[in-house]
Amino acid sequence: MNHAIRADKFLLDADRTTWHDETLWFVREKRDRAVYAVPEFQELRELASQIKDHTLSRLDLYLQEFEAAALANGVHVHWAADAAEHNAIILEIVRQQGATRVVKSKSMLTEECHLNPYLIKHGIEVVDTDLGERIIQFRDEAPSHIVLPAIHLKKEDVGDTFHTHLGTEKGESDPQRLTEAARQHLRAKFLAGQVAISGVNFAVAETGAVVVCTNEGNADLGVNLAKVHIAAMGIEKLIPRLSDLGVFTRLLARSATGQPVTTYTSHFTKPAPGREMHIVIVDNGRTQQLGRPDFRASLKCIRCGACMNTCPVYRRSGGHSYDFTVPGPIGAILSPNIDMKKHSSLPFASTLCGSCTDVCPVKIDIHTQLYKWRQVLGEADEIPASKKWSMKFMGRLLASPKAFALSGQFARKALRLLPHGLTHANAFNAWAVARELPEPPKQSFREWYQQQPQQIQQPAQPKVTA
Amino acid sequence: MKVALFVPCYIDQFYPQVAVATLQLLQKLGVAAHFPAQQTCCGQPLANSGCEREALPIYRHFVETFSDYDYVVAPSGSCVYHVRKHFDKLDQTAEVQHVRAAAYDLIDFITNVLGVTELPGAFPHKVGLHLSCHGQRGLHQANESEMTPVRDGQLRRLLASLDGLELTELTRNDECCGFGGTFCVSEAGISARMGQDRVADHVRNGTQVLTGSDMSCLMHLEGIVRRANMPIKVMHAAEILNGLTP
Repeated sequence: MNHAIRADKFLLDADRTTWHDETLWFVREKRDRAVYAVPEFQELRELASQIKDHTLSRLDLYLQEFEAAALANGVHVHWAADAAEHNAIILEIVRQQGATRVVKSKSMLTEECHLNPYLIKHGIEVVDTDLGERIIQFRDEAPSHIVLPAIHLKKEDVGDTFHTHLGTEKGESDPQRLTEAARQHLRAKFLAGQVAISGVNFAVAETGAVVVCTNEGNADLGVNLAKVHIAAMGIEKLIPRLSDLGVFTRLLARSATGQPVTTYTSHFTKPAPGREMHIVIVDNGRTQQLGRPDFRASLKCIRCGACMNTCPVYRRSGGHSYDFTVPGPIGAILSPNIDMKKHSSLPFASTLCGSCTDVCPVKIDIHTQLYKWRQVLGEADEIPASKKWSMKFMGRLLASPKAFALSGQFARKALRLLPHGLTHANAFNAWAVARELPEPPKQSFREWYQQQPQQIQQPAQPKVTA
Repeated sequence: MKVALFVPCYIDQFYPQVAVATLQLLQKLGVAAHFPAQQTCCGQPLANSGCEREALPIYRHFVETFSDYDYVVAPSGSCVYHVRKHFDKLDQTAEVQHVRAAAYDLIDFITNVLGVTELPGAFPHKVGLHLSCHGQRGLHQANESEMTPVRDGQLRRLLASLDGLELTELTRNDECCGFGGTFCVSEAGISARMGQDRVADHVRNGTQVLTGSDMSCLMHLEGIVRRANMPIKVMHAAEILNGLTP
């Protein structure tokens, strides 16, 4: 199933599509206001982009520097080549503690590695403590957005879910009461948590510390109550120095939600006495992407989600239509690296409008990479054969002025003569699902031009040298 | 100044009046543009579909056709953007580099090459300006809401200079219309929905004449307007600036 088919399912509920589009556009507008208020915002983007380019250009060295600093802080450092290793390492740490109850704050990496089902299969209770994550965990759904994981749900949907799982009153849709129910429920889980897993927003090479940004403070609460903290990070999360961090914290929340900064920016450097801290550093396809010159820059992503909020396709098709952990424009350039066949339609789920590139706080050329992935997919025969053949045919036609003019004449004539019901039949013509075809003129421009007096047709003599 | 008129394939076949208006407007501005008859297309439909290799003969034909001119002017920013940005796949001979630099969107050419930012004439209608992404974000012909709240741009200024013309203030000034080349059929559902939303913004804010400098977006929007029998007339900016009445 491709993106277009899943998008069409989403579009069936027109009112919900409107609501989804407007909700995310509201976030985009909040982002705009926050960005306009910072005169040096474009310089900040450039600086962040350069810091990330620099870091990626010597990632091996920074990773070693980070590991050495973390070890010196008394942190256990683990390396995972892929999702399976990541999951096995975390299970092993949990088991060593004899623990069965894990609380986990937001981490797209653990989603990517499908950690929850793995731990649950091995008898461990995992509770997502981010409110949005907890909602979709109850519903057994994947996040539909990387920052706003339950953005596809209305408050009434949350009310139904909480009625089923938390026993709130049927039909309750007051956000404050629903949130309070989640708070009480999660408080007990926090207190019972034996191991706390968190994601990582930034890892500082010179200090060996990891930085976690949340609005709910759930990462801090989880980590400070549990005996063991496991922080899971992709290799691309590094920044060289602590002094670089401010560039990114100024960009992250403004780009994500339009806040000046996240409510909590927590630095985890070393374990408290009697506690343990582990960092799991994960590759899972990232070095492969690093080795693709055209797509390397996708690893600069700081997961703000701004490209999703601005994407007119994402807003109208929903995050689940991408069927990949990271949806939207950035997901469409990350996913073919993981599985080119499965995700072959995602680089085509874009008009290449370029808004994603222009909101990206680290200046990833997202729409250019979408275009380049299309070429890679075309070369690898991962585009529909019908498309490939029609394009081959068009290529020959459009390289020949005579063939082009003749076929144009023929097509216009056919459009004039054939019945509307045939030329606009949805089965043959996807254009016609919602649009009329242009009314075909009798004369093309080139035909008109040939009938004009000679002086119009003669090339003008150069008057000014350019 | 030797200027060639590049008439994108779909304009040649479906919107000849837009090319005529472009030619006449340039004449009024003292530019006698020539239409080289062997021209076809810039190759973008193929390349956007992942078939850049199949488009290379079209690129070469384009360069051969236009390399003798100082400027290549087209009433479609998207095609110009394609020539400038994606002809990097060709060997960068002097001809290729020249044609890439010589390619201009009509409005960009009028503003930046001819230095014209005001035009005589009147157009006493409420006009909704559709900013096409490749002209705006690709060729930097207008400010972007991603960067600044100030709504400004080349075509906005030219239109505002016409007597009696009132510009529609849209709720979303520069959201994509959803045409997207072959996207309009490969993702027909989303494409249509985006176009409907864009047109609704114009209707809500009182647009009588919907215009823009890229005919491909306008073809899509016009298709939606006509399907829904909306009381909006769609015209290319060249037609308005050339003094045509709706």
